[in-house]
Amino acid sequence: MIAFVKKYEGLWLFVHSPAAIIAALVAVLTFLGAAFAPWIALVNPYDLASFSLFDGLLPPTWLDGANPKFILGTDDQGRDMISAILYGARLSLVIGLSALSIAAVLGVGLGLAAGYYGGRFDAIVMRIADVQLALPAILTALLIDGIARGILPASIQQDLRVAVLTLAIALSLWVNFARTARASTFVQMNKEYVQAAIMMGQRPIRVMFVHILPNILGPLLVIMTVDLASAILLEATLSFLGIGLPADSPSLGTLIRVGMQFLLSGEWWILWIPTLFLVALVVSINILGDFLRDIFNPRLR
Amino acid sequence: MVYFILKRMIQSVFVMLTVAFLAFSLFRFVGDPITQMTGVETSVEDQERLREELGLNDPFVYQFTRFTGDMLKGDFGFSYRTRQPVAEMIASRIPATLELGVVALIISLLVGIPAGVYTALKPRGVLTQTILMTTLVGVSIPTFVIGIMLIFIFGVQLGWLPTFGRGGTVQIGGWESSLFSFDGWRALLLPAITLGVYQLTLTMRLVRAEMMEVMRSDYIRFAMARGVPTASLHYRHALANTMVPVITIIGLQFGGVIAFSIVTESVFQWPGMGLLFLESIRFVDIPVMGVYLVVIAFFFVLVNLVVDLLYVAIDPRLRIRDVS
Amino acid sequence: MLTIKDLLVKFPMRFGAFTAIEDVDMTIKPGEIHGLVGESGAGKSTVGAAVIGLLQSPGYVANGTLTLGDTDLRNLSPAEAHKVRGDRISMIFQDPQTSLNPLMTIERQLIETIQTHSSLSESEAINRAVDLLEDIGIKNAAERIKAYPHQFSGGMRQRVVIALAISTDPELIIADEPTTALDVAVQSQVLDLIQRLAKERQIAFMLITHDIGVIAQVADRVTVMRKGRVMETGVTAQVLGKPQHHYTQQLMDSVPPLDRKIDRFRVPEADDTIASNGAMAENWLLEGSQHARTGLSLTGLSVEFAGPRTSIFRKLPPYVALDDVTLNIKPGSIMGLVGESGSGKSTLAKAITGLVTPSSGTMELGDVVLPYGKSRSRQHPSRQLIQMVFQDPYSSLNSRHRIGDILTEPLWFYGFVKDEQEREKLAASMLSLVGMQPDAISKYPHQFSGGQRQRIAVARALLARPRFLICDEPTSALDVSIQAEILNLLKDLQAKFGLTILFISHNLAVVRQMADDTAVLRSGKIEEVGETNALYTAPQADYTKSLLDLTPVMPTTWQT
Repeated sequence: MIAFVKKYEGLWLFVHSPAAIIAALVAVLTFLGAAFAPWIALVNPYDLASFSLFDGLLPPTWLDGANPKFILGTDDQGRDMISAILYGARLSLVIGLSALSIAAVLGVGLGLAAGYYGGRFDAIVMRIADVQLALPAILTALLIDGIARGILPASIQQDLRVAVLTLAIALSLWVNFARTARASTFVQMNKEYVQAAIMMGQRPIRVMFVHILPNILGPLLVIMTVDLASAILLEATLSFLGIGLPADSPSLGTLIRVGMQFLLSGEWWILWIPTLFLVALVVSINILGDFLRDIFNPRLR
Repeated sequence: MVYFILKRMIQSVFVMLTVAFLAFSLFRFVGDPITQMTGVETSVEDQERLREELGLNDPFVYQFTRFTGDMLKGDFGFSYRTRQPVAEMIASRIPATLELGVVALIISLLVGIPAGVYTALKPRGVLTQTILMTTLVGVSIPTFVIGIMLIFIFGVQLGWLPTFGRGGTVQIGGWESSLFSFDGWRALLLPAITLGVYQLTLTMRLVRAEMMEVMRSDYIRFAMARGVPTASLHYRHALANTMVPVITIIGLQFGGVIAFSIVTESVFQWPGMGLLFLESIRFVDIPVMGVYLVVIAFFFVLVNLVVDLLYVAIDPRLRIRDVS
Repeated sequence: MLTIKDLLVKFPMRFGAFTAIEDVDMTIKPGEIHGLVGESGAGKSTVGAAVIGLLQSPGYVANGTLTLGDTDLRNLSPAEAHKVRGDRISMIFQDPQTSLNPLMTIERQLIETIQTHSSLSESEAINRAVDLLEDIGIKNAAERIKAYPHQFSGGMRQRVVIALAISTDPELIIADEPTTALDVAVQSQVLDLIQRLAKERQIAFMLITHDIGVIAQVADRVTVMRKGRVMETGVTAQVLGKPQHHYTQQLMDSVPPLDRKIDRFRVPEADDTIASNGAMAENWLLEGSQHARTGLSLTGLSVEFAGPRTSIFRKLPPYVALDDVTLNIKPGSIMGLVGESGSGKSTLAKAITGLVTPSSGTMELGDVVLPYGKSRSRQHPSRQLIQMVFQDPYSSLNSRHRIGDILTEPLWFYGFVKDEQEREKLAASMLSLVGMQPDAISKYPHQFSGGQRQRIAVARALLARPRFLICDEPTSALDVSIQAEILNLLKDLQAKFGLTILFISHNLAVVRQMADDTAVLRSGKIEEVGETNALYTAPQADYTKSLLDLTPVMPTTWQT
């Protein structure tokens, strides 16, 4: 019984936490919606032929003057808000997840190696991490963006915006992974199973990835969740600052920036609906992150 | 102890040199400085002469050394865009950003630390759960959205506070300050709250986690077993021990304050360094970008040195070595 | 004075309540040292926590009476209970390293405690604090009181902890494993101090410990607990010398004696049918031991660690962990290595296994000279021939790996068995050989107890076909009855396969049971080496003598 409870404790906690269930639901629905956007969206925001200016500025269906076809209304171009959000979430998630993957591979690799080898290698990695910390996420991202503007010819800049943005976000997030992986590796290095593996003469690569890595996945998973939220926020912020994505390939951040024009006019939904959606998505991811943290570090519960 | 401080200073110098190197690389390799400085009408020979005069044909290491030397003397070069000395441009913007950042940091500490202590001591209370949920939402709202919401509510709907700019400022020496006029404070309030909210949630969660950890420690349980008064137990014993890790993170967070001040300044059109930096990116004004980097890194390093000193002040284990 | 009747402590869990303590009765008189003994999970610490009212949440006292003098401890308001703590009941914790607030001077902590419970002025409180420190044996107290905890050594810190606990003249002190973290010499001083305080100040002590020797040495009365219930209680000599309860008898049978060697501990044996299934593994091991038994000799071995840098110009002199150690372990014998913490025992093991690089000396396994630390190649044959059983069975097995993967790794890594199914079969057979069910192979480490894990760790070491086995404190994380099982197992295996073993332990009694020869290590130097029996009966070095004298044991007259 006790063993059973222990094994399925995570599941049990999940089933008994309404916040976690709702958060998971929001996150999963968003992921699905984003993944299948081309098939379920009413219009394609990239395809000018699929929407019409005549449908512009229609309010959501519960307000007067709405068209029941557009449940959450339309923007000034006549784009269906739901479609815009689905495609926006798609782009935001693609950027967020790719940036996260790059950051995770780079950060975990360096962190593991730093924790394993210690000494000079560790010192160098940590000093680089210090420099990266002195230049926080937004700054790094802005800087990379600025450099890209400086060295890339204007003609291909537009095409590379997504790549630049992804790289910028990835570079600003790797430190979290590296520091967490390093700290956890240090703890594991003192464990006797690692010493046993080293004593046997196993190759460092095997010790790091076969023995240590599975034991530090817990904290890394937490960082991964929290950083996915950061990546989405970062993308939105950069797009808001006008140096992220252009208006014709709208991510969630771009939608909000465009919506800002309507802050003072009556068409509030163009600003607040994407904003609300972004916040709901990030809150959900953060709730899941907190939930994972509780599971992996029950003492803080 | 002296060695500890010295070691940290050497590390700081390393960080500064790296950042200076970054700035230098930016200047040197992103675009050609000569084409930026001269117009189309300048002849190739003139460009070449200028290149020679500026030492751009010298060996790399030599150029970097000179670049660093100039920086130490306060010579930061000229902006490509405005042709003004970068030093002046940045210096005139420093007060706005520093005042914004410091006030935001103070807000985040004044609210974040007590909230963290409370939620740690009463982990199952209703208020605690409410605070925790609120802060979770708090970290999930992008800073710029918080800014927009505050503008919308207090600026547009209620009309209580100004929505952009610094309002009335007072000149003190060369320092243009918002802190000495009512008008200045009115203008400062919304941006500072916007900037402070995110740091506040981080501070609170960190204090809470550390405090809960400390409350479980043997020395707290021993103090409880000795009947040490609760107030002393919580504040003199527990909170003091919590502060050691907390101030480290606060030092690191200073970077975050600066970074998000870019966003805040953009939302509120606050004439600080961040706004200048954004403009310089838009116009690929490399010298300004580079110098901004160096200045930010300098503040960061400075704050973290202060944190190290605080460390030594708080923790006797760093001050007194001898075990007898 | 302290009376506990029908105590019931429950911890509400997700699925019903967990009963930690049930039907516990106990009385402690002023000046009495009452031992509370039992293995892990017996609930001894919970009794102490219930008395002082500091049960870890969500535990609570569900039933029973707790009275101190005329005060009903269960009927106090939180404020009153808080006043009783320190004033009338105090506590001493296990680890002096973590029991004191690192940021406050000893003086501040003492004065705060004294002033909380009395109306003394600041200077009176200081005087009292200094007197206390003098009394418990801290010299130059008026000056030392200004120091921070980290400026005291472990033993001195535990004295400070005791000073804090008695600074308010409590009637009862709950001492939860007060000497477990201390070395023998310091332990004996602290135990003397506790005895003196009980006698002079008539303080009652509840002495919670797992160490029967400690109880035998100082406790007037003893209560034996198991799984939250009292098994037996009475005068110490009576309970330990002529145990009535079956469990107490079993417990006493498991305790290794210091004054003689017993061949096997009388503990319930593993099922014979399981062991017989280990024939395959046994044959496989015997096949591999055709070549002669292998000894290990160390000559002039020294290990130095670089000293910490205190300034740019000054580096502390290197710390000498091992100093000119010469040791000859005969083929097929067990060499015991005893020493206190910091004596260099583990460093020696690490030097032999190549985890630490010596500064000088030679190490020879049979006639092969072992290269130093990092210069030993990953393919060096010694990496297979030397295996190790570690102290902590909770960290020595990778918790993310299946037992099968853990056990077959050496077979695969050293290239003994090419076929994967064959490897699994052999691993399962090896599990039988060490007294485990072979189906354990598909489970994960967390599904096993500490003792079972240690058996798995032994199986893993054997699957490398070692000729030389290092056991580094293999039983010090285990309960005494489990320790007896593991020691029996190691003896059996050694006899069967003629292994050469270096058996490292801080516990002299355990080493006496295991070792043919014994070496005593102190501050990196070998104090004495000799045949075990001779060394224990007629020690030559003063240090060995004092170690043997100070180790708490049961008086021989008690034994039946």
